[in-house]
Amino acid sequence: MWEYLSDSYNWSGPEGIWARILQHLWYTFAALGLSTLIALPIGLRIGHTRRGAFLAINLGNAARALPSLGLLMLAVLLTDQIGFLPVLIALVALGIPPILASTYAGLSGVDPATIDAARGMGMTGREILTKVEIPIAMPLIISGVRGATLQIVSTATIAALVSLGGLGRYVVDGLKLRDFPQMFTGALLVALLAIALDLLFAVLGRVAVSDGLKVD
Amino acid sequence: MTWIGDNLGLIWEQLREHLYLAILPVILGLLISVPLGYVATRFSWLANPLIAFGGVLYSLPSIALFIVLPAILGTKVLSTVNIVVALTIYTVSLLIRNVIDGLRSVPAEVRQSAVAVGYGSLHRLVAIDLPIAVPVIFAGLRVVTVANISMVSVGAVIGIGGLGELFTLGFQKDFLTPVVVGVALSLLLALVADLILVGLQRVLTPWARVIHTPPVEVA
Repeated sequence: MWEYLSDSYNWSGPEGIWARILQHLWYTFAALGLSTLIALPIGLRIGHTRRGAFLAINLGNAARALPSLGLLMLAVLLTDQIGFLPVLIALVALGIPPILASTYAGLSGVDPATIDAARGMGMTGREILTKVEIPIAMPLIISGVRGATLQIVSTATIAALVSLGGLGRYVVDGLKLRDFPQMFTGALLVALLAIALDLLFAVLGRVAVSDGLKVD
Repeated sequence: MTWIGDNLGLIWEQLREHLYLAILPVILGLLISVPLGYVATRFSWLANPLIAFGGVLYSLPSIALFIVLPAILGTKVLSTVNIVVALTIYTVSLLIRNVIDGLRSVPAEVRQSAVAVGYGSLHRLVAIDLPIAVPVIFAGLRVVTVANISMVSVGAVIGIGGLGELFTLGFQKDFLTPVVVGVALSLLLALVADLILVGLQRVLTPWARVIHTPPVEVA
């Protein structure tokens, strides 16, 4: 494995390690962005109006049971194409539930007395949402996005099964060629990427949390 | 539909393998987490590092673990042992937090009463502490069981994946039925396993049911 990693030839070029990492990140962030774009407004709406909570809670639980590989194959066969679209569909389907569930949980955890106080000060519904509920819910919202990221970054590995690139290429190609060092390289890089992104969100979590919540 | 009829044997075989690969790690994980969690409550400085380490382990992608483990364990890459060990690691890394939280949820006065009437530490663990910790431990057990059932499928990428093999089969043959059957059975398995755990928890905590009975109306 070290031989593979220490050979600079393997790092550069359109099929090099850097290119694969960038592809992997592109799939991850495209899916994460789209999941957030879909799940965040719905989660905010359910949390703010407190209607549809049943959906938010149960969707979060049921989604844990979804087999990601089956989802990808289903997307491939249903869209009748191989490539970016089915991968995006499968990854977004994985990303939505954790973001939706934790956004709802964050908003529903806001003390009703706090919301009453905000209303008493003359805030409108929108102001309460953006200035009170979202800041207070922020730690949980971020942990939802963080959970979705972990799921997506590790599942993006299977994009290689449907002829895409990314770090999964090493796993899939290595398996075909019985080239185990190559497989280890891919697996290790995915794990490192997951840990790096997790750390990034841990830092983001600290920065994005309102100072008012840090007082014990 | 004829495909299902013609391949019942294969489907049954994969379902059994799937169940085995998902549930064995839950049992092994529980057997490891309980003593480990107990030690962590006796030596409390151990608890937080253990929980944090579990969090890091849980963030490792499953496919990465399936592949890297053989290098560490010396097993063959295509051995089921890798899947079982990988999922056991996930189970322990998640369950350890619940075991510690559960054992910590035992009220101090209950513990003192047990000591006062002569319970030894092992007897107290089995007869007092663990039963009280059951709800918290089971909350974790339900999460890992469902997660394991969905994660087994990923093993199909390296050729061992229970129902996951139906996914790769359908993909290779450009044929939807096996994929739908695989996803449906996987979801069903998760649902049934979850219901069994809920039932088991009710049996193990008969006192909890009393609290949920509606209050008697006084005329």
